[in-house]
Amino acid sequence: MRKLTSRKIAAKVLHWIVLIVFTVLLAFPFYWMVITTFKQNSDLYDLTSNPFIFNAKPTLEHLKFLFQQTMYVRWLGNTALVGIIVVAATLLLSIPAAYALTRLTGRWGQRLGVLIFLTYLIPPTLLFIPLSRVISILGLQDTIWSLVVVYPSFTVPFSIWLLMGFFKSIPRELEDAAMVDGLTRFGAFLKMVVPISTSGILTVVIFSFTLVTQEFVYALTFISPERNQMVGVGIPIFLIRGDVYYWGSLMAACLIASLPIAFLYNLFLDRFIAGFTVGAVKG
Amino acid sequence: MAVVQTRNLTKVFKQGEQGAVNNVNLEGREGEFLVFLGPSGSGKTTLLRMIAGLETPTDGEILIGGRVVNDLSPRERRIAMVFQSYALYPHLTVYKNIVFPLKAQKVPRNTHKEKVEWAASLLGINHLLQRKPRELSGGERQRVALARAIVREPSVFLLDEPLSNLDAKLRASAREELERFHRRIGTTTIYVTHDQVEAMAMGDRVVVLHKGYVRQIGTPTEVYDDPADTFVATFLGSPPMNLIEDTDVIVGFRPEHFRVSEAITDTHKVPLKFHVENIEYLGADWILSGILMGGRFDGKKAVSRLLFGHEFEIGKTYDFAVPERRLKFFDRSTEKKVEARALAWQ
Amino acid sequence: MAVNPAQSSDIVAETNGSAAAAAPPSKPKWTKVKSASAAQSPWLGAAMFAPAVLYLAAIIGGPFVLAVMYAFSDVRIGSTSMHYVGLENFRSIIQSPTFRTSIENSFIFTFVSQVIVLVGSTILAFALEKKFRGRGFFRFLILLPWVAPISLGAIGWKWILDSLYSVINWVLVAIHLYKPYSAPMWLGEPHLAMASVILVQSWRLLPFSTVILLAGLTAIPKEIPEAAAIDGAGFWRTLFQVNIPMMLPIINVAVLFGIIFTFTDMTVVYILTAGGPFDSTQVLPSYAYFTGILGSDLAAGAAVSLFLVPVLVAIAYFMLRVAHRAEVV
Repeated sequence: MRKLTSRKIAAKVLHWIVLIVFTVLLAFPFYWMVITTFKQNSDLYDLTSNPFIFNAKPTLEHLKFLFQQTMYVRWLGNTALVGIIVVAATLLLSIPAAYALTRLTGRWGQRLGVLIFLTYLIPPTLLFIPLSRVISILGLQDTIWSLVVVYPSFTVPFSIWLLMGFFKSIPRELEDAAMVDGLTRFGAFLKMVVPISTSGILTVVIFSFTLVTQEFVYALTFISPERNQMVGVGIPIFLIRGDVYYWGSLMAACLIASLPIAFLYNLFLDRFIAGFTVGAVKG
Repeated sequence: MAVVQTRNLTKVFKQGEQGAVNNVNLEGREGEFLVFLGPSGSGKTTLLRMIAGLETPTDGEILIGGRVVNDLSPRERRIAMVFQSYALYPHLTVYKNIVFPLKAQKVPRNTHKEKVEWAASLLGINHLLQRKPRELSGGERQRVALARAIVREPSVFLLDEPLSNLDAKLRASAREELERFHRRIGTTTIYVTHDQVEAMAMGDRVVVLHKGYVRQIGTPTEVYDDPADTFVATFLGSPPMNLIEDTDVIVGFRPEHFRVSEAITDTHKVPLKFHVENIEYLGADWILSGILMGGRFDGKKAVSRLLFGHEFEIGKTYDFAVPERRLKFFDRSTEKKVEARALAWQ
Repeated sequence: MAVNPAQSSDIVAETNGSAAAAAPPSKPKWTKVKSASAAQSPWLGAAMFAPAVLYLAAIIGGPFVLAVMYAFSDVRIGSTSMHYVGLENFRSIIQSPTFRTSIENSFIFTFVSQVIVLVGSTILAFALEKKFRGRGFFRFLILLPWVAPISLGAIGWKWILDSLYSVINWVLVAIHLYKPYSAPMWLGEPHLAMASVILVQSWRLLPFSTVILLAGLTAIPKEIPEAAAIDGAGFWRTLFQVNIPMMLPIINVAVLFGIIFTFTDMTVVYILTAGGPFDSTQVLPSYAYFTGILGSDLAAGAAVSLFLVPVLVAIAYFMLRVAHRAEVV
């Protein structure tokens, strides 16, 4: 067997150092969340003890507090509910739109697609002020429906862009063959194109759901009562009572809300990248 | 002097599986145009890439100019390669593409322009120097790839199926250009292809590969007229050699040697009655396929290639023959060439 | 091959009728073919994208116009009146030192974090390019900052940077770089607070940028770096003269998104410092929130947030120009 040159060994070592340094920097806060969640308060707030180890026995008291004495579970439920409805609405709006813009409208359709994407230049941090008025006029103030109505405004443009890239890669012959067989254009869309697009659609579902869970400004502005709040806003606003930070429960809350989404996201990451590059590289 | 040599070269990609390249021994001579010929999966490209330094061998040695180069990076081997897709740098102009290797090898700046223009004029692309690759046709891109390869005046050229990306029509003229280019430059060239026509037309010698093994190394005449085994016999030549199984041998004869008995002037010829089942007119020649009737080959399929075939009809039987000296014999179990033998034909 | 259904509808009917008996059960049910041409159906197309476009026009276009109107009015939370006041809001905002700080901060915040993200994600993308054992595991960990809701990641950092209990400070004291109780106040001292906010934003965006750049990197045909190796290019030359130029379009996309997400983000600042200490970390979006919602002055808030738009448009324009020029096959 050939021996590895010292150059190659050095390259390998450097590679691992880079990986480990970056991974530690990026993942450390989550590791810290895990430790804090299970540390007793006496241990947490003792300045002399080593924070990296458990100086007292690990405890479940923070988790108990979180689930039994706060509205955390309700916030999770609110977020999930809003997520599901918004994802459904996003699919209903974006799938036909993306298809139409890819197949049915020629060049000005492409331009319209770019225009839709440019709506990202008008951010929520600009629209939230007039929208707060609109929401209160509509009587949706303080309800989760205010978010259901407004959230698709940022999930739809991205989903259309993603799906356009995806539909572009499906050969036209498929629909042509279906139409020769007797389907209408819309029928071909429903029965041929949509079923093979499951991977693109799943990507949109995951991505939209994570966008919903991430959103902050609208939820903060439109909803005041604790019981109707989303998890992303509920935790910073309501788990901090006055000036007192219940760090143990706070960290538990953050951890529990983040991990499932992380798992889901990871499953679909490759598809997401594929959708992204098709849209981006082709311009 | 052997410019490129491999000794027992082997490459196994997955432990326990068949190697992509197995025990290849070959020697490329100075100035030679050596062709690696084989179907896809035969290992020809892997072999080329190992010589280039893009794959590390599992076993064996590679020598360039008499030096063992196994541990050298591609850059240190001083070879040039043209990829199947040409691999031109899309963001650089043709000029910058060609000058790139000169810069990388730290060739003195003041010679750059001169060398690029020399390489470009050799390939007739001086007028394209300021264009970008995406503005060029397939044939033009190939020439740029060649210019980029020649500008460093390497000792060996490696070409990986450079004609397969071109239209069929363009391929013939591009092939001819390559042949002329090689005659002019005289650099030792190793050329990989699956197209046996290219191999026959261009090669000084052909290395026929199958499933990672070398089946035969020889001049086009040698591999065509004297194939070492049934694989070489059927891979070269279109339509392929007729192979007929007998008791312990396989008898082979090429379609162009299987003609109407009267037209064959050889005294020693084997008469075979031929029942025609299909006729294809290709313009320059005719392909007749059918079944042999009577004798020891009764019922076996055969193909004939003729210059004049319009008087034949489907369904009729004709007196055909093959000159005895044109018969090839292969051992039935090993499929390798064996001595000619006399067989009773009736 | 593509038959025009309009002309062949009768034929289709015929053949399908007789073929129905012999057709396999999975064939789609025959429906009457519309007379619109198969190639382009503008009416169907319009019907299909109308809902999305109308929705976006209503939720984005409408409020945008409203924002402009508010900026020129005196509307407040709780009051229903709205009077035109001309440039009054803009005048008072521009005179406010907090506003000027906010703009400055927004630019610093965006620029510095994007540089960090660009350099960091390029390095990380190259490290993740080749397959190696455990790559999936590393990828999962690396993605966490991006995937977790912004506010929650920020709260995590708030605990890490806490003035008393910061684990970073504990380490700094433990290795004797600082005396106890004199370790840096990460969120309490203006310059440090700005650095902290930039750090957290970079932390959050790094995975996203890495993923995009990785996609661009893997899209480079493998033969091109091989050709460069054969041509004699070493590691650095291949990196800067071949790989990176070919990734420019996608680097562009990553930077564009990064700028949009950073410039318009208020969450990190809101959670970590609420704009403090003494407004030293205030950025445009957070300032708009504090003025408009907490300060009840919707008009001023709208005016502040309008300043986001020209910057974003300018950035988008430049990005698109660069993308056009660096056109790669």
